[in-house]
Amino acid sequence: MSHLTDFLSCLPFEWARYEFMRNALLAVILVSPLFALMGTLVVNNRMAFFSDAIGHASLTGLGLGVLLGLADPLLALIGFALLLGIGILALQRTTRASMDTIISLSMSFSIALGVVLLSRGGNFNRYSHYLIGDLLSITPREIAWLFLTVLIVGGGLLFFYNRILLIGINESLARSRGLNAWWTQVLFVSSIVMVVTMNLNWVGILIINSLLILPAAAARNIAGNTRQYVVYAVAISLASGVCGLMISYYADTASGATIVLVAMGFYFLTLAVKALRRQ
Amino acid sequence: MTAVPASSDHHHGIAPHQCGRCCTHIDNISVTLDRHPVIEDVSLHLHCGELTTVVGPNGAGKSTLLRALLGEVPHTGCIHFHPVFGPEREDSPAIGYVPQSLDFDRFSPFSVCDLFAASISRFPVPLGCRGGVRNTALAALENVEAGELLDRRLGKLSGGELQRVLLALSLTPLPNLLLLDEPVSGIDLSGRELFYRTVSELRRRFDLSILMVSHDLAGIAAVSDRIVFLDRRVICSGPPGEVLANLEFRHAFGFDLEEQK
Repeated sequence: MSHLTDFLSCLPFEWARYEFMRNALLAVILVSPLFALMGTLVVNNRMAFFSDAIGHASLTGLGLGVLLGLADPLLALIGFALLLGIGILALQRTTRASMDTIISLSMSFSIALGVVLLSRGGNFNRYSHYLIGDLLSITPREIAWLFLTVLIVGGGLLFFYNRILLIGINESLARSRGLNAWWTQVLFVSSIVMVVTMNLNWVGILIINSLLILPAAAARNIAGNTRQYVVYAVAISLASGVCGLMISYYADTASGATIVLVAMGFYFLTLAVKALRRQ
Repeated sequence: MTAVPASSDHHHGIAPHQCGRCCTHIDNISVTLDRHPVIEDVSLHLHCGELTTVVGPNGAGKSTLLRALLGEVPHTGCIHFHPVFGPEREDSPAIGYVPQSLDFDRFSPFSVCDLFAASISRFPVPLGCRGGVRNTALAALENVEAGELLDRRLGKLSGGELQRVLLALSLTPLPNLLLLDEPVSGIDLSGRELFYRTVSELRRRFDLSILMVSHDLAGIAAVSDRIVFLDRRVICSGPPGEVLANLEFRHAFGFDLEEQK
């Protein structure tokens, strides 16, 4: 698999000599468009806070995985995040309670339980990379898995995009047109869980939601229809991913957080464009 | 007075414009929420080409009736569609629906064409609003004098424009029964007139049965073929003149007080 990125090594840059940088670049190029596409739906459907909760739930999933002695905690991670996501969704339908409070509570709960489980015996540091992520540690095998995720989830998202969009615009309207709102939302939440958990290792719980939300939020400022919205979001996501990775190499900073800062820069840029257009 | 029995109500409709025979039968619909009856035993016959307006005080269950017809709230009773041609169908009619006020994020970047594409096509909207869908959407919008709105952002439309877009959408594809939930609340007077005129025209042109919930007593008298006064159950129903003269109706809407002054 290591020859996967060999063609990049002929580039006349210092970073291109290192395999970990070539792998990281490939990973960024692979998942950025998926994050952007999913982000457009998350932002449209007002689920930004919700997807954050799913990221936080992964910490508890990780703790449970370790507690159960699983060799690979990924299954426990997916399981718990899915449980929490669908739980919140069900609560949203049955109660009229304020959703931001419920989501906030669930985040506090999952973080606290996760930290308690993982800090037993006093070696939480072993898991701290789940918090901020380590993009440079990604292996070709993991990239292959990412590629598969992108194909399946990306294809599924495109296939269901219209339905998820319509439910986000207005649920009654969507239902009057024969859409099953509940199952579409469950499917959407499951895809968010897949993307968040598969990328947690190298992006980190603290910033994964920013990568999901920021490109879409920036694109919203300047887009006039859905096609522009998605195209701009993908472009911004790719640009901040690649730029952020390069800056983090030369500035010797954590790559995930650097990518987020660049995306934030794009957000302010689009905000300025929007303000200029108004005049 | 309780609900008019279904048999005597049949063909009581005032203006069976074209066929008059085919109807949607709404039989004994009741909804109970949290053990409180919200609507009880509501039966209505809706004829083709007829606009029936449901009025009633706040909390009378008007919107709940529409939501029951849409299948959004659990209810007893049933709804049948009796087409002009072909055998009587036991299944519910194809329903078009215009929500009260579309509660959506006004900063979201979807255009009117995107809304149509997401509703009537499987082709992913992010890949663009394709020719066929564009033409269908444009034709539907032109039916409600809104063709120029096709590429506008949904969030930038005025209240009246948005209702016309939703009306056009609810008619694509053409339903057997059209439900309008307080379609003119939040629309200015000229917008209301245009909306009523459009609905009136569509009713005749497509021979639609329309069920509308409204608070706009001034506007509905002229446009409705029949008015149903609902206060948890059907208090009275009939042609506008009859219902407007009904004492209980006048009392509920405070007309008798005005006369005393």
